[in-house]
Amino acid sequence: MSGAGVAATAPIIQVDHVTKRFVKHLDLAARIAQRFGADVREEVVHAVDRVSLAVAPGEVVGLVGESGCGKSTLGRMVAGILAPSEGHILYRGRRTAEMTREEARRAALAVQMIFQDPFASLNPRLRVRDIVGEAPLVHGVVKREEVDEYVDGILVQCGLDPSYKRRYPHQFSGGQRQRLGIARALAVKPEFIVCDESVAALDVSIQAQILNLFMDLRESLDLTYLFISHDLGVVEHLSDRVVIMYLGRVVESVETEALFREPNHPYTQALLREVPRLESRHSRFLPIEGEIPSPLDPPSGCHFHPRCPHAMARCRSEQPALQEIQSGWWSACHLNDG
Amino acid sequence: MTHPPTLEVTDLQTHFFTKAGVVKAVDGISFTVGKGEVLGLVGESGSGKSVTGFSILGLVDPPGEVVGGSIRFQGRELAGLDDEAMRRLRGSKIAMIFQDPMMTLNPVLRIDTQMIEAMQAHANVSRAAAYDRAREALTRVGIASPDERLRAYPHQFSGGMRQRVAIAIALLNAPDLIIADEPTTALDVTIQAQILHEAQKLCEETGSSMIWITHDLTVVAGLADRICVMYAGRDVEQGTVDQVLDAPLHPYTHGLIGSVPSRNRRGSRLEQIPGMTPSLLNLPPGCPFRARCPRAAEECLREPPLTRHGEGRSARCFHPHEEPAAEAVT
Repeated sequence: MSGAGVAATAPIIQVDHVTKRFVKHLDLAARIAQRFGADVREEVVHAVDRVSLAVAPGEVVGLVGESGCGKSTLGRMVAGILAPSEGHILYRGRRTAEMTREEARRAALAVQMIFQDPFASLNPRLRVRDIVGEAPLVHGVVKREEVDEYVDGILVQCGLDPSYKRRYPHQFSGGQRQRLGIARALAVKPEFIVCDESVAALDVSIQAQILNLFMDLRESLDLTYLFISHDLGVVEHLSDRVVIMYLGRVVESVETEALFREPNHPYTQALLREVPRLESRHSRFLPIEGEIPSPLDPPSGCHFHPRCPHAMARCRSEQPALQEIQSGWWSACHLNDG
Repeated sequence: MTHPPTLEVTDLQTHFFTKAGVVKAVDGISFTVGKGEVLGLVGESGSGKSVTGFSILGLVDPPGEVVGGSIRFQGRELAGLDDEAMRRLRGSKIAMIFQDPMMTLNPVLRIDTQMIEAMQAHANVSRAAAYDRAREALTRVGIASPDERLRAYPHQFSGGMRQRVAIAIALLNAPDLIIADEPTTALDVTIQAQILHEAQKLCEETGSSMIWITHDLTVVAGLADRICVMYAGRDVEQGTVDQVLDAPLHPYTHGLIGSVPSRNRRGSRLEQIPGMTPSLLNLPPGCPFRARCPRAAEECLREPPLTRHGEGRSARCFHPHEEPAAEAVT
C-alpha cells in the first residue's frame, strides 16, 4: 500500500526549493546607532534553506533533526500556517500560493496539523463538542443537526468516550488531550496530517497507545503523514521514508530500512549511533562533539563540518549538493564524490 | 567486596496531605545502592520516582511528609535528621541533578559565584582555591574555555551546557551519591549522549554511586547496573538490568518494554498497556496495576506482597511472568 509504487503515483504534497527566513528588524535605537556608524545589522535566521520534498499518497515520511534544525518550520509551511519566503508548496500538483480561494480552502482543509503540546493547542474555554465540531460545521462538512452524531463518531474513532463531549480540555489527561487534538484534525476529513512531535510529551505506555492509533487511522482513513520527531526510535517504527535535516537543510533522505541499515551521511551515522536502545547494556556512550551551531551564524560550506569526523578542506568552503547516490537515496556529502 | 551499601532505603513512605485527601506519592519502596553502583529508578509520571529522590535529600515540602520507613546513608539514618545536619550533607555527600538545570542555577549570579559559594558552604577553602576547583570541574564535564564560561550568566548557555554546569556543581564536593532526576529528558539525542557519557565517566573515575531517575527504559539500559521499576508509589520490580529487561516478572514491566518502539518489529502494532496511571488520591486497596493488567484475578484485590526471586531480585505480583531457568545466577 505504501513504499512500493510511490514513484508511479503523483505526490500529494510537494515542497519545491522552499526557504524560510525569519528577520529580526532593527528597532529605533538600533537604527540610530547604525546611522552613527555602529556595527548593527538585521539578524536573519535561515530556518529552512532551499528544501525540496515530495510525499506520495499513503506514505508516512519521518522528518528528523535536532532542535533548531527547521523541521517544525517546514511542517508549519506544509500545513499552510506559515508562508515560505521563497519556493513553493504544491498540493496535488498545484502551487498553493496561486490557487483560487475555493481551491485554497479545500487544500487547507485537506492538510491538518497535530501539535506537540495538546494543552497549548486546544482552546481551554471550549467544550470538546465545539473543539471537534466547530470546524466541520463552519466548512459545511456536516449539517448542524448532525454535528452531535458526527462528533460522537470521531471521538470513538480516536478512542475517547463520547460522553466526554461536554467537558473542557483541562479535565483530560495528557494522552486523552492528544487524542482530542487528533480528533479535531480528523473532523474536517483531511488527507494529509502533519504530526509535529505529537508523542514527545507523553509517557511511554501512552505514547504506544497514540502510535497505535496513528497506524490504525492510517489504515482505516487512507491517511498520509508527515511525522516530525527527534525520536529516531519512533520514526523508525512508523515511517516508510525518513528525511534527516541539519540546520535548515536536508542532509539525507531514503527508505527507512536502508537508512537504519547503512546510513550514508556522517550526521545520520552519528545520530543513529546515539539512539539509546533496550538491547545495548552497559554501553560506552561515545557522543559526537559539540552542539548544533546557532542558525544565526551557520558554519560555511557543509553546515556539519565542525562536528564531522571526516571533514576535509572542501567541506569548509563548498556546500555539498543533495544528490541521488542510489535510486531513491539522496545524501548531501562530499564523501560521495570521491 | 563487602562494602556496606551507600544507600539503603527501607519501606519509605512519603504522603501529601492535601485538602482533597491524602496522596500516597511513595508508599512502601525499598532499595539499596551499592558503592559505585548505578541504579535506574524507572516509572511514568506520577509513579513517585522524583518524590523518592526528594525524600532522600529531605527536600519534601509541606503538605508532603516522610511518614514512614528508613533511609540509611553510609549506615547513618537520614529520616528525621535535623535541618542543619541535612544541609551539611546536601551538596557535599549527596548531590542532586534536576531535570531543569535552571532549578539548580541562579539566573542573576555568575557561574563562578555560584560554584565558589557551593564549595565554601561545605569546606573551608580560599576563593582562589575554590576558583581553581570550579575551573577544573567545568573542564571535566567537557566545557571548553572554562575561564570565559565561569564569568558568564546561566542565560548565556544552551540547554545542554547548562545541564553540564549543573552536573559540574553537583560534582564539586566529590559526593558519594548523586541523584539525577531525568537530567537528559529535555535534551536532543546528541546532547543526551554527551551527558550520559560524562555521567558514566565520572562515576567510574570517582567511584560515586548514582540513582538515575527516568521514564525512559532505553536510557537506563545502557547506563544502569540495576533497575527498580516504580508504579503508583511502589517498587513493583527490581533486579539487574539484564534480569529486568530480558526476563521481566511484573506485567507492568512487560508492558513498558513492549511499548518501546525500537524493540518491536517496524510497522507492527505496539504492545500497549490499556488505560492510564491511576490517581494516587484515594487509591483503592489491592494491586494498583490490576485495572490495566492482563493477568489480574480475584486475589489482586489484596495488596500483593514483595516476593523475592533470588538475590537482589524482587517483584510485587501474584502472577509474575515465569523466569527462565538460566536466570538463577546473580
